[in-house]
Amino acid sequence: MYLYDPIDREFLTDRSNEFRHQVARRLAGELTEDQFKPLRLMNGLYLQLHAYMLRIAIPYGSLNARQARRLAWIARTYDKGYGHMTTRQNIQFNWIKLKDAPDILDALAEVDLHAIQTSGNCIRNVTADPYAGATAEEIDDPRVWSEILRQWSTLHPEFSFLPRKFKIAITGALTDRAAVKVHDIGLILRKGRDGQIGFEVIVGGGQGRTPYVGPTIKSFLPSEHLLSYVEAILRVYNRHGRRDNIYKARIKILVAALGAEEFARQVEEEWGKIDHARANLPASELARVRAAFAQTNFETLPAVSDAFEAARAASPALQRFVRNNVKPHKQPGYAIVEVSLKAIGQTPGDATAEQLDVVADLAERYSLDDLRVTHAQNLVLPHVKLDDLPAVHAALEAVGLATANIDLASDIIACPGLDYCALANARAIPIAQDIARKFADPDRAEKVGELKIKISGCINACGHHHVAHIGILGVDKKGEEFYQLSLGGSGAEDASIGKILGPGLSADKVAPAIDALVEAYLNIRAGEERFLDTYRRVGLEPFKEAVYAQAD
Amino acid sequence: MPKLIKLVGEPSSTDFGAEWAEDAFVHVADEDAIPEGDVILSLARFQAEGEILLSNSRRVGVRIEADQEVEALAYDLARLSVVALAFPKYRDGRAYTSARLLRERLGFTGEVRAVGDVLQEQAGFMVRCGFDAFEPNDGATPEAWTKAAHRFRHVYQRAADNRQVAFEERAAFEERAV
Repeated sequence: MYLYDPIDREFLTDRSNEFRHQVARRLAGELTEDQFKPLRLMNGLYLQLHAYMLRIAIPYGSLNARQARRLAWIARTYDKGYGHMTTRQNIQFNWIKLKDAPDILDALAEVDLHAIQTSGNCIRNVTADPYAGATAEEIDDPRVWSEILRQWSTLHPEFSFLPRKFKIAITGALTDRAAVKVHDIGLILRKGRDGQIGFEVIVGGGQGRTPYVGPTIKSFLPSEHLLSYVEAILRVYNRHGRRDNIYKARIKILVAALGAEEFARQVEEEWGKIDHARANLPASELARVRAAFAQTNFETLPAVSDAFEAARAASPALQRFVRNNVKPHKQPGYAIVEVSLKAIGQTPGDATAEQLDVVADLAERYSLDDLRVTHAQNLVLPHVKLDDLPAVHAALEAVGLATANIDLASDIIACPGLDYCALANARAIPIAQDIARKFADPDRAEKVGELKIKISGCINACGHHHVAHIGILGVDKKGEEFYQLSLGGSGAEDASIGKILGPGLSADKVAPAIDALVEAYLNIRAGEERFLDTYRRVGLEPFKEAVYAQAD
Repeated sequence: MPKLIKLVGEPSSTDFGAEWAEDAFVHVADEDAIPEGDVILSLARFQAEGEILLSNSRRVGVRIEADQEVEALAYDLARLSVVALAFPKYRDGRAYTSARLLRERLGFTGEVRAVGDVLQEQAGFMVRCGFDAFEPNDGATPEAWTKAAHRFRHVYQRAADNRQVAFEERAAFEERAV
């Protein structure tokens, strides 16, 4: 993991002092709410329906045990005992008091955490593959580049007042767990013919009210040019992105208006004028950051663990957990363990202080002090020895964290919705809970297989409904909550935007409709086809019939 | 007349400051007659009348709006004393790019002045991008301006101010340690 040095720490102290001063001015009445709003937003502090919400950055979703414990402490001390993982690998606390916010930022800074650029029209927290450094599919470690971008973008003097927010995601693996094609910039690490590392650069993907799968504007950018090239993209956007209409201000609108080719040409032209030696990082700094992520403390272990095999043979629960939540690791004798925050009937993505403490202990004891947050609102213990899997499973089970449902129908992404959010038109959490209960029988859920259901409480699409196998969008129809279903989206390497199934449904009809969709799929699926594959083969019609014939 | 704050000292140093300055320039609206003395004109007016004005013995500045490109001045910069970059709203960040391009790409060494919705909370960003004169819109004093611009002891990216970047500080520290 990247460890902060005194420079990084002094920077956070300065930031924290600045905010304390601003809050004091607000509480003393020297700043109006209008004047204070942009300042608090720059520190991740939103005013929601019932209270202030503080969004804390978890750079590329990576935490150590000490940091996770501090988050648990904040949940206990300043919130109602829980936190909410977001679809951008951050954590939100929903019940914060303004007067406490400076103390919370100080407490975060002590463990090298902050809320910088978790809001505002700036470059937001960079997200990455949560399996980084653990998966064998990886061409290069995306955390190295995420950290480089994190530092470069932090209080960037030129790019802190962009037309709109700006999100960057990076993956080093072919399996895309970072949704790179629906980000403002998506970066896929590639290996050139000569073994050189580079990036495929995707620009102008996005969700919200105008969803796009982003086009590739450069198929191979040698990695050492990352900062100069990103600077060129941001500069073209800062100058030419629309500022007259908030709904047309994201870079995707500019890319679509110009066409990907013309946009790419403008970026190349700007890139050609940049002094690369000044804009790019020196090799020494790159090496320093890279070294921070080099994992040298793996043990040499046999690929098969007798202890684990024996425990697995004796425990159907462990078998199920391994089938669904345990993924192959690059190092023999190790595994990647997904910790589901989607227990049936729970709020997707919420973790209690107790759960965070337990996971922190497990990370420290069994996962090389490394813990990840996924954009699917789950946690990952990336480096668990097979020998330790039974113990980890048992510890998770004891605090309700062993739900074996990763990527299954009950592993639902949901935004906070109308239960918390000032922007929402409809609730998302109770809908997710209703649907999850339909798949509470784990045998049925496994029989259905991979099915990504995602719910957004409004068109801003924080719940990623456009890129769901089954997407659900909450809308307000004359004061009543309605839900629009869409099928066939994907935020993974086979990215696509879902198509609307038909007229919106009232809240009580949503879970039965999902059930009907799944039954239709089970009837027509061919072989091992996933729901998404079946949809892509047969189209909307059979599913439409299943939902609306039943509704009539 | 709005009050003018100017930087004193090198922005790459740790001890630059800011102070009130006499503003010799008059902002001339397009519909107004051009007065005697030093003037700041719109780009359109400068392109129409600039040659004549520059041949008088007076100083000339140009105001660039957020949606105009500073490259339009590329061949005139050597003769200009001031480029005023407009912030129609503090949230409109285009002038930051314009300032950097003036300093880093076009080599402009005259005054780069921030005009419009200019707030002390943005002082640090502005100084880093190469602004050295400010017409604050929030009643900021030079003391407040200096304080705001010095808020962060470290910076993470190169910009027009040529401050030592975090990775350079680290490298220097390591060299000392060796």
